[in-house]
Amino acid sequence: MSTFDLLVNGKQHRVDSWDPEQPLLYALRNDLRLHGAKFGCGEGQCGSCTVLIDERPVRACQVSVAAAAGKRITTIEGLGSSEQPHPVQAAFIAEQAAQCGYCTNGMVMSTVALLRATPRPSLEEAKTALQGNLCRCGSHDRVLRAVQRAAGNTTGRS
Amino acid sequence: MNARLSPQSPSRRGFLQGAALVVGFSFTGLSGARAQAIVGVSTHTLDLAELDAFLAIRKDGSVVVYSGKVDLGTGHRIAMRQMVAEELSMTADGVRRIELIEGDTALTPNQGPTAGSTGVMRGGVQLRQAAATAREALLALAAAKLQRPAAELTLEAGLIGAASGGPKVSIAELAGDRPFNVKLNPKAPLKDPQRYSIVGRSLPRPDIPAKATGRHVFVHDFTLPDMLHGRVLRPAAVGAKLIEVDAASIKHIPGARVIRIENFLGVVAEDEWAAVRAARELKARWSPGTGLVGHAGVVDWARRGPFVRDEVLLSRGNTAGLAAPGGSPRALRATYSWPVQSHASMGPSCAVADVQAERATIWSASQATHRYQPALARVLDLPRDKVRVIYLDGAGCYGMNGHDDAAADAALLAKAAGRPVRVQWMRADELGWDPKGPPQLIELRATLDENKRIAAWESEMWVPLATANLAHVPLLGPADAGIAQPAGQSVGLISQNAGPSTPVANVKVIAHWLADAPLRPSNIRAPGKVANCFAVESFIDQLAATAKMDPFEFRLRDLTDPRGVEVLKRCAALIGWTPGASRATTQIGAKARGRGIAYIHYKHNESYVAVAMQVEVERASGAIRVLQIACAHDCGLMINPDAVRNQVEGNLLQTLSRTLYERTTFDTQRVTSADWASYPILRFGEVPELRIDLIQRLDQPPLGAGEAASTPVPAALANAVFDATGARLFEAPFAPETVRAAMQKVS
Repeated sequence: MSTFDLLVNGKQHRVDSWDPEQPLLYALRNDLRLHGAKFGCGEGQCGSCTVLIDERPVRACQVSVAAAAGKRITTIEGLGSSEQPHPVQAAFIAEQAAQCGYCTNGMVMSTVALLRATPRPSLEEAKTALQGNLCRCGSHDRVLRAVQRAAGNTTGRS
Repeated sequence: MNARLSPQSPSRRGFLQGAALVVGFSFTGLSGARAQAIVGVSTHTLDLAELDAFLAIRKDGSVVVYSGKVDLGTGHRIAMRQMVAEELSMTADGVRRIELIEGDTALTPNQGPTAGSTGVMRGGVQLRQAAATAREALLALAAAKLQRPAAELTLEAGLIGAASGGPKVSIAELAGDRPFNVKLNPKAPLKDPQRYSIVGRSLPRPDIPAKATGRHVFVHDFTLPDMLHGRVLRPAAVGAKLIEVDAASIKHIPGARVIRIENFLGVVAEDEWAAVRAARELKARWSPGTGLVGHAGVVDWARRGPFVRDEVLLSRGNTAGLAAPGGSPRALRATYSWPVQSHASMGPSCAVADVQAERATIWSASQATHRYQPALARVLDLPRDKVRVIYLDGAGCYGMNGHDDAAADAALLAKAAGRPVRVQWMRADELGWDPKGPPQLIELRATLDENKRIAAWESEMWVPLATANLAHVPLLGPADAGIAQPAGQSVGLISQNAGPSTPVANVKVIAHWLADAPLRPSNIRAPGKVANCFAVESFIDQLAATAKMDPFEFRLRDLTDPRGVEVLKRCAALIGWTPGASRATTQIGAKARGRGIAYIHYKHNESYVAVAMQVEVERASGAIRVLQIACAHDCGLMINPDAVRNQVEGNLLQTLSRTLYERTTFDTQRVTSADWASYPILRFGEVPELRIDLIQRLDQPPLGAGEAASTPVPAALANAVFDATGARLFEAPFAPETVRAAMQKVS
């Protein structure tokens, strides 16, 4: 059993893992009880488990606890709450940009990362940034509107 | 907020508290104290004939609603509340205070599965009638209390009094924490829709703030104290038997245990990652499978059978002569096919089971907790009423995905392990083993008369038969564990909308019912009707082309239902349709553009939808790019227009995905499209512009919005490709090589 120091949402946590290759996702969900990041494929193909590591969007199913130790990890819970949502979360709420909401974590986290790098993305830039995030319900149009709203761009519904 | 506050006591009270907490979380994150207040009104009847089964008033004047239908990410949580609040003349703020308990076999009446787009249309309408009955009952109670005739009293914002003034009494005082003991009155008067103040408004969904901030409790997030994590090893091939397991092969994984029940093989561990690795590394030897036809053999299989029977579903006038080959230049025939598809949920199915000696509780994302309660009871060898199944959100399912299988897996593992078990499927389990949307084959024949009208029409289908009165779809775990289950298959109402979409005097619709399906089937969104509308509305387009008429005008000429005419016209206007013949022959260059339209009157008696598209086809590759989708939609009374719009957007984009990309591939042994690389779905880069026109009809009953708009998508797309290139597509998915092959046939 090894111990790893994880800096998550500004707080230090000590996590034990029998396997240093355990993906960060399981440590977040089960040890830290942060359920926002979701298991979708375990293969880095869908984006449901996206978290930020040192401000960059990362698939938490593809990075080990050992590799994540010592880095700055932000999960969706660290952005804001229902009562005090982060501007990106507020935009998703305002646009009602979810159906089942299982992929929403990845959409929100990828959008936060996009807007940090590109504060005023075009529609095409938003699509490119979200290309690796799958949604099965077909909420894409709303998610794109939420990105534009969060960026302060005017959104219009046809 | 912590889902781990869930029940540990096997007592009924403990269970009820647990349920209340869980449901509370998924709404607004109620405090524990407030959630426990729900317990006080939970010892009510589940009898569908009783008002108390559906609705209760709390001492603080708030309302508790018990809904057997559940929110599958579809917006029911707000729509159901709006329907109830309207009849009880509550304020918009009061809507938020309604507690909605969903899909709990111990607490909610059995309103049937949440399927077939019936959530609002049937379930919501039932709740609305319950609210109207409650209003009637409250007015009677107030009349006695205030010593005034009920006819002089009105209910507004929780208070009842006379319009002329005088004392008022609150509904909390009249009925707070007390049963009504009143029968549901199917004739209780409903509010005049012209006076609606809550229904018809786009109130925000209560679940979205928690979903956007990572706090919503999905079944995947639900945990119990002392819970183990489980994984199931599905057989190496469909129908394979387990020959041998080498338990020593996972002894390096701490705490991992093998659980084997005949051919059912699973692992449990304290730690989820240990369970994942154990499932991955456990060595097991399986027999070969029972043999599959393989995806390439599906069409031949459908023609070959075995069949249960042939059935004439519709016969009107005279279609003799249509079946004969050759003949009139105004005669046309075509065969269309639809592939096996996965529900392809984003989150692999999950369930949590707590199995005690005498009773069990299972948390599941089932669309039908009441239906699977007896099935799970049989798995556990417990009486039905000792097994409680509680709905918690899963990833969107769009029909029966793996959730019910996962519930049985969790039950089997929990019983064997003697501790609560959470099972989550892996990605390959979900795409490989969810019950699949069945394949469909449909041949259409028609003739035009001298006025270019459809004189006669025949539809002939080769489709799997749904087993009559099947209690439930046989589940994977119990099948492998040797537990008896009802035999049969479910495919949904697969033969609807297979006849012509416009009135035709001479029509015959025939089904050749196949005895089985290439892979275990279940209902998938708009069962059968996606494929049927693809065939029928593509064929209408072919007939229009044969008649040398504009396809929009061809439909408009024959359509008589005014609501159908309206969606068709509005849809054409949305996309800027200009009548004219196909432009395929007038375009040159690397890319060709076209537009297509398709229409459905869903199930012939529900929603009306028209969809049109603008597309671009790259001639060299055959790749399709959809530029724009327009949809005009009439589902009668819309309870919450934005929730309807959300569903319509989802129908359009999901079916675009199914049409462009999706086919479950399999060889003679197993599914081979078990990840997102081999089973691709729509990505953001391919999302077209959407233009949606929703028609509000206050004077009409509410119909479903969860399925109908998906059905015209494939034909609208195929018709647009035809308009662009002159090539006709007869099979989905419209992969570039399929489009290229169709274009080569033209040139």
